[in-house]
Amino acid sequence: MSRSLRWQSGVYAVVLAASALLAACSGGNTRVQEGNATGVLHYGNGAEPQAIDPHLTSGVPEAHIIDSLFEGLVSKDPETLEPVPGVAERWEVSPDGLTYRFHLRADARWSDGTALTAEDFHWSWWRGLQPALGNDSAYMMFPLKNAEAYLKGEITDFDQVGVRVIDPRTLEVELGAPTPYFLQLVAHASYYPVPRHVIEKFGAPADRFTRWTRVGNIVSNGAYRLAEWKLNRYVRVERNPEYWDAANVRLNAVMFYVTENIVTEERLFRSGQLHYTTDIPLDKIPVYRREAPELLRQDLYLSTYFYMLNVTRPGLDDARVRRALAMSVDRQTLVDTVLQGVNVPAYAMTPPGTLGYQPPTLFDFDPEAARKLLAEAGYPDGKGLPPLEVVYNTHEGHRKIAVAIQQMWKKHLNIDVTIVNQEWKVFLDTRQHGEFSISRHGWQGDYVDPNTFLDLFITGGGNNNGKWSNARYDELILRKLPAARTQEERFAIFHEAETILMEEMPVIPLYTYVTKHLVSPTVKGMAPNILDFYSFKHIYVEPAK
Amino acid sequence: MLRFFWLRLLQAIPVLLVVITFTFFLVRFAPGGPFDQERVQVPEVRRALEAQYRMDQPLLAQYGSYLGDLLRGDLGPSFKYPGRSVNELIAAGFPATAELGTYALLIAIVVGMGAGLIAALHPNTWRDYLPMSLAMIGICAPTFLLGPLLVLVFGIWLEWLPVSGWGDLPGDKILPSLTLGFAYAAYIARLSRGGMLEVLSQDYIRTARAKGLPERVVIFKHALRGGLVPVVAYLGPAFAMLLSGSFVVETVFQVPGLGRFFVQAAFNRDYTMILGCTTFLAFLIIVFNLLSDVLAAWLNPRVRGAIGGRA
Repeated sequence: MSRSLRWQSGVYAVVLAASALLAACSGGNTRVQEGNATGVLHYGNGAEPQAIDPHLTSGVPEAHIIDSLFEGLVSKDPETLEPVPGVAERWEVSPDGLTYRFHLRADARWSDGTALTAEDFHWSWWRGLQPALGNDSAYMMFPLKNAEAYLKGEITDFDQVGVRVIDPRTLEVELGAPTPYFLQLVAHASYYPVPRHVIEKFGAPADRFTRWTRVGNIVSNGAYRLAEWKLNRYVRVERNPEYWDAANVRLNAVMFYVTENIVTEERLFRSGQLHYTTDIPLDKIPVYRREAPELLRQDLYLSTYFYMLNVTRPGLDDARVRRALAMSVDRQTLVDTVLQGVNVPAYAMTPPGTLGYQPPTLFDFDPEAARKLLAEAGYPDGKGLPPLEVVYNTHEGHRKIAVAIQQMWKKHLNIDVTIVNQEWKVFLDTRQHGEFSISRHGWQGDYVDPNTFLDLFITGGGNNNGKWSNARYDELILRKLPAARTQEERFAIFHEAETILMEEMPVIPLYTYVTKHLVSPTVKGMAPNILDFYSFKHIYVEPAK
Repeated sequence: MLRFFWLRLLQAIPVLLVVITFTFFLVRFAPGGPFDQERVQVPEVRRALEAQYRMDQPLLAQYGSYLGDLLRGDLGPSFKYPGRSVNELIAAGFPATAELGTYALLIAIVVGMGAGLIAALHPNTWRDYLPMSLAMIGICAPTFLLGPLLVLVFGIWLEWLPVSGWGDLPGDKILPSLTLGFAYAAYIARLSRGGMLEVLSQDYIRTARAKGLPERVVIFKHALRGGLVPVVAYLGPAFAMLLSGSFVVETVFQVPGLGRFFVQAAFNRDYTMILGCTTFLAFLIIVFNLLSDVLAAWLNPRVRGAIGGRA
């Protein structure tokens, strides 16, 4: 007995000693406090970046890092998103909108000090259009004359593609059709220069498997250069002294942390280890609203959540049924309850205020009218309607929305809809093969223009999985739009096209996304915008007062 | 003994081959592929991508070339992370997983055996019931509950320890190791209690006590060796499981280990990464089972005799 007592007191001693040790570990400054003092931003960045070669990835976490490392001819104003000079100090556009002439600044350099010339852009765009490279974002370059034909192998002579080096500091670009948002595209990663002199040292230009983007190898031209890349932990970029505008870069470094789990990310923020989180768990939003609203940031995002209807399925082949389904969803209730009041109800595909464009509002929540439409289509009180099924990718949020809508359709239209979840890749397979009647969908705009949403629905479009087709719509988007001369004309065409879309209703828009972040009050120069785009060049941190 | 060892190693080859073959075809027949994504690619881009990863060849040819590469120790390029090989990703993730697994195992052994011993020495008293009830809770409580709970108490309320990370901040390895260790400690506690109780009722223990040996010698010299056989038998597979990475603990604490890569690979249909991880882990499990058998044989003279070795 006495021996076991000794054991026990020994155990207590160990526990006490361990607690003392633990207590000693705490205290001192948090990472955020240290970062404020040393000019280092601690940034929650979501998933592990797949790659930082601008031609090999199209993901969001990757884009943040790539945007800090590289710069295109044109940059985006961090607030208005208007094109501002980047590597090009100025440019001219021909009156027909088909030719752009970019004048590169004399002090543009790679991070190894090598001069950055028009030839670099020419070669980079050539690389981006090599079919063998498998560039996901190659379609962003299709406005360049003959770019699409070149990528598809219809022509093999790159000289026929609309990019020409006039002299080392002048690049001339020719478009296939006037593209008013072209300068926005030029500010996108797919138009960034990549260093030929480095890439060719490590392998063939179109080889996906080379080591040119590794720390120590990579050379970039943006405000920062790659300093460290710890797999599944973080990527560290440091101020690039060779950058032409280095004097105005205020951060010394940015730490991009891999934060796959948003619950953990929120805890990291709360314990002072992150300046910024990529997202917030939905159930934490009411807590922050109540207790620390100054840390919570929510902004409208150029992205729409919608249900896509397969118009070849019996029942859904009737526009009246599709409209009845759309009109019997109470979006406001959906947003207020299931979505914690975060998002904004949507009644059109294009988010409101996309560059000043206002989409038509043709319908509202109106169960009475919906029932009437359903009866007109031959399904009074839902009777006789072939069975419908909503398929969504496995996610708690999608499930809650599907359940809510299932109940609304039952209540207002008296129709029974089954809901099915599928693992992400299975879901993509189902959707791409059109094996659904109703499918969850979300679309994020590539650039701020209604076209990025509306060209989805042209006949035979790769992402038009619901197989909807309308001759007038195709004519508007494919023929009238490129011929439009002014922004008013273009918006009128978009308005007409979207009116057709919302009368025919091959999709049921549900809400416009809102981005949600936690941001430390010591972070400055991070203006909100509809693309959730942050210019790391303009961000700085200052110690809390 | 040595013959037994080599024989078991040879047996591992067909086992590995079956694992590889089965995994190879299973992942290929799962719907969806590595290049499926929200936005459909231009068909030409898609074809180029497939060609780069030899997916334009017939499936059997792909299988053949995969086996060929494997013989050279090349697990192939990752689909998800262009420019990275599966070998590199495993090499990057494994150290953290192995370190976490080792700490967790040490915690499991010390806590588990300690609790099991105390319980076995005082059967049917509170010193038995308390640790065994805790062990039962430990077995039942999933790591995704225990982990956040520990974080809440030690990370957020007491602010003693970092809430996540691995080697970034002092003390950030403690909570993940504890979380993972406790789950295994619970099993070990029950196993060592059972083993010890059985041994303590044996004749040779009664003899030892009758000889008038001090209790300390009876327990630690005579009983422990036999009583721990079930624990040792469990340690091999347990360590292999720990090394295969605990996806949950690695995710909750942002540990840059193999478990996260492995599970993500399955979601991403990163064919080569799934195969590489499976093969690597199958190999580890075979090796650790073998080691645990050898250790059990060394502890148990009867098994030692059966495999024809001399201790």
